[in-house]
Amino acid sequence: MRKIVLAGATTLSGLVLLMAYPTSTNRAVESIPGASSSTTQGTSSGTTSATTQGTSSGTGTPAPQEAAAPPTTSSISGPAVSTRWGTVQVQITVTDGVLTEATAIKVPDANGQDRQINSYAVPILEAESVAAGNARIDAVSGATVTSTGYIRSLQAALDEAGLK
Amino acid sequence: MTTRTDEATAVVTAVVTALERRAWHETVMGMPLSVHLRGPHLGGTERAVAAVITEMHRLDRIFSPYRPDSELRRYEAGHLTLRDCSPEMTEVVDLCKLATALTGGDFDARRPLPGGGLTFDPSGLVKGWAVDRASRHLCGLGVDWYVNAGGDIAAHVADEERPAWQVGIQDPADRSRVIALVSLRDGGVATSGTSARGEHLWDPHTGEAARGCASVTVVGPTLTWADVLATAVFVHGPEAAEWVAEDGYEVIVVHRDGRAERTLPRVPV
Repeated sequence: MRKIVLAGATTLSGLVLLMAYPTSTNRAVESIPGASSSTTQGTSSGTTSATTQGTSSGTGTPAPQEAAAPPTTSSISGPAVSTRWGTVQVQITVTDGVLTEATAIKVPDANGQDRQINSYAVPILEAESVAAGNARIDAVSGATVTSTGYIRSLQAALDEAGLK
Repeated sequence: MTTRTDEATAVVTAVVTALERRAWHETVMGMPLSVHLRGPHLGGTERAVAAVITEMHRLDRIFSPYRPDSELRRYEAGHLTLRDCSPEMTEVVDLCKLATALTGGDFDARRPLPGGGLTFDPSGLVKGWAVDRASRHLCGLGVDWYVNAGGDIAAHVADEERPAWQVGIQDPADRSRVIALVSLRDGGVATSGTSARGEHLWDPHTGEAARGCASVTVVGPTLTWADVLATAVFVHGPEAAEWVAEDGYEVIVVHRDGRAERTLPRVPV
């Protein structure tokens, strides 16, 4: 199973709805029955370390946070949260206080009833925009950019870093 | 104590930091074209990148709606028959017909002329198709690459151990922000909308500018079809996202009020 990897720092406050993007070869979504509830808090930006609290589940094991230690990774299932669209639950993986993986394990359907992910539209919450803004991004897709509009675009900044 | 996840994370981190990155930039077809490579060694890749850019310029000379001497203009004017044109013209004409059929007319390369009649303008398909075609020159190098043509991206990751490209989806209301992220290993991401060039997409059914959503992004196995389907969903409206997902594509719709939603592809069991 491949999961979306959000490399980069982000602040998680409460629940973040981040969806896995399935690759062409595999579904990225996995049901985690009986996942435990926890919270993740932290200030973030750059490499600042965040604090992770909670009961772990899945494949990860929380390790004590020590300076200069090998990466510590925990997989944490967030609480099932009611939104106006229904119940949403996300599992995240935090490595050294940085969100590295996020998978929605429960999303609402059109009737507000829980269901496993299928081809249903799920809302992108504000938190995902925040996470996206802080993540390592390689490229930017947007409505057709003209040559003049390019100069101040995010893609231009990404190009600049690699131009020789 | 280390776990399998720790080890995997450590490996990914080590791999990413060891990779060399390079980018090239060019203006082609009136739009910015960026080529990015990533790999352990990028020496000797310049020729392949030059071939991509050369191919894009060649396809522009065939399909430019602005150059009076383009094959498209001469075909349109009746000075060339399809048989006189490059084989690429036949391919594009066929793909446009297929796209119109598959989208129930939501994608249509035929445009109404002010004085009546129709003109053939395949530019809504040519851009993504040209990038898919030109970027073939980068396959076989053993390096990861992406090509971004005016906001539409074709990408490939050559090694399973290396991470997917992370593509930010631009917020149509604020081009300095990204509203979502998609991971792309192999395929294309296309966004249709009105943020960059005004209302340049029209609804073939009504003949008026399509303005249902602020933007529609489609992610899938090829940029050609991601691009066509993004246009089709933009024109038809968000409910079409479900149909596109049935075909194995992911859709991100951003509404005019700023709400955004994601529809994941339905994968046949």
